[in-house]
Amino acid sequence: MRALLTVFRKEFLENLRDRRTLFSALLFGPLFGPLLFGAMVTRMLDQNSFEADQSLQLTISGSERAPGLTQFLRAHGVTLRLADLGEEAARAAVMAGEENVVLIVPADYPERFATARPAPLLLVADSSDAQNRKNAERARAILGSYGGGIAQQRLQMRGVDPLLTVPVAVNDVDVATPTGRAVAVLGFMTYFVLFALLMGGLYLAIDSTAGERERGSLEALLSLPVSRAALVGGKIVATCAYMCLSLAVTLSAFVVVFHFVPLERLGMSANLGVGTALVLFAICLPFVPLGAALMTFVASFTRSYREAQTYLTIVLLVPTLPIAFASIYSLKTRGSLMLIPSLSQHLLMTSVLKAEPVRMLDVVVATLASLALAAILVGLTARHWRRESMLG
Amino acid sequence: MIEAQGLNKRFGAVQAARDVSFLARDGEITGLLGANGAGKSTALRMLYGVLTPDSGRAIVDGLDIAGETSRARAHLGVLPHSSGLYGNLTARENVAYFGALHGLARAPLEQRCAQLCALLEMDDFLDRRVKGFSQGQRLKVALARALVHDPRNLILDEPTNGLDVMAIRNLRDMLARLRDAGRCILFSSHVMQEVAALCDRVVVIGAGRVLADATPEEIRVRTGAASLEGAFLQVLGSAEGVG
Repeated sequence: MRALLTVFRKEFLENLRDRRTLFSALLFGPLFGPLLFGAMVTRMLDQNSFEADQSLQLTISGSERAPGLTQFLRAHGVTLRLADLGEEAARAAVMAGEENVVLIVPADYPERFATARPAPLLLVADSSDAQNRKNAERARAILGSYGGGIAQQRLQMRGVDPLLTVPVAVNDVDVATPTGRAVAVLGFMTYFVLFALLMGGLYLAIDSTAGERERGSLEALLSLPVSRAALVGGKIVATCAYMCLSLAVTLSAFVVVFHFVPLERLGMSANLGVGTALVLFAICLPFVPLGAALMTFVASFTRSYREAQTYLTIVLLVPTLPIAFASIYSLKTRGSLMLIPSLSQHLLMTSVLKAEPVRMLDVVVATLASLALAAILVGLTARHWRRESMLG
Repeated sequence: MIEAQGLNKRFGAVQAARDVSFLARDGEITGLLGANGAGKSTALRMLYGVLTPDSGRAIVDGLDIAGETSRARAHLGVLPHSSGLYGNLTARENVAYFGALHGLARAPLEQRCAQLCALLEMDDFLDRRVKGFSQGQRLKVALARALVHDPRNLILDEPTNGLDVMAIRNLRDMLARLRDAGRCILFSSHVMQEVAALCDRVVVIGAGRVLADATPEEIRVRTGAASLEGAFLQVLGSAEGVG
């Protein structure tokens, strides 16, 4: 135990003096996620409010044939640009991006409108362009409400109750809490947290194994009267310490970022204060020894820094797989899923962020599953270190 | 005292050690002489217990390294072939780290560091980070690290590799002083002059086998060669079928 602490102290101190470790463990790893996240959310907010504020631009051809419609559109805040375009010309103009959305009133419109037969309108838009598609939808909705109004008037003139045309009335009841809606945005935040967690220990895991071999200090270390388990243990505990620091920095950064990003403007509330951050920290804690043991185990097989980096980059991707599955199959927090590390942490963190109740049993199962796997990996690493092939 | 008793080791198709037996006594410097790839490192590695022999035993001060690994190692200072240091630690911290792993408490450790610093003349760089040290300085730190627990036995695997003349000279003086203090020193080399100048006893190894085990003078007399160099060449040559 004393030897383990000695190894821990030395690895901790040595890496504290290494700029590369500090940069990746305590700056780049933990701050990259929150900053990127804040920037993206802010950008999304800007775009959304920009669209809502702007009036719809519509190019209309043949407006003189439909004065009522033109008036209606103007009354609903649509900025109209009058033009004289045939269907072909309109198509070409929209395709080339010269025109946004074009509404064409064909020649037979007035005659059919007057005789109460469906009067044709042509809406030319480009659905492959997200912005254009949104404008077309807005135009369609306004045209729809114009048509609805006309229909009601016609029925009333013929002495029919317009309500007859409304056999069912559907009322939407959206159970998503404001926080729940935000989860679409928060979803990938959990990955950033797990990523930062692993990044925190990455360089120490490499330095204390492949690095030890590369600089030639390994053999002297292995010839000491210290059990290999104590050596491996000290190195893994030191890796854990850096991962915890990194996790703390990430969560703090997220708290700060969420404080400044006005999620409420999207009708969302971010359930991430200091208290929640502490809960998230506790949820992630069992994943720390697992990640540290996994990285140390993999790095123990490599011969050089470079080789270790290559393999550990793959390890960094491992926790994404369950999270990707979770989003594809939209998995919910469930007992059996708590057995899968990283997925369990992802689901629990998401629940906490959504302000859903979290079952204590789920937390316990997730913790024990992660710790059990960590223990197995520590054992395997120690066994590998006892082998002669460790000398390289 | 370090004793090899019939050590055998095979790596795949290569028999790296064949029935290697010899004794390195206290108060003597024993040189393990052989060409590159002759099996010197393999033999030493079995003696300090990072390789397990296929058969045979390695004994340090009467303790079997396989059975009583930790106790035997406490009697043993080791300077392996690659003796890298931790660049971000100071010389003192490098030495203290190994001392702590040997179980030394803080106070005796500090005392021992001061002793070694005086012995190896490390005052100028004791508290500087090892990154950027010269080969000679590195060797001193590595040697201090191997001696931190004041072992009765010292094993050095090709310690003079990469050293300049001055540093080699210093190392020789150091080993001679340790011998005079009654320590058992076992070191390997492929340089005959080095072994001849320093060793009380020479174990010549070729193709994993012990070819000769005697004092340098005895080897010269036995082979009838005019010089030590000639004698060694004769011993090595006979093993490789060219003599």
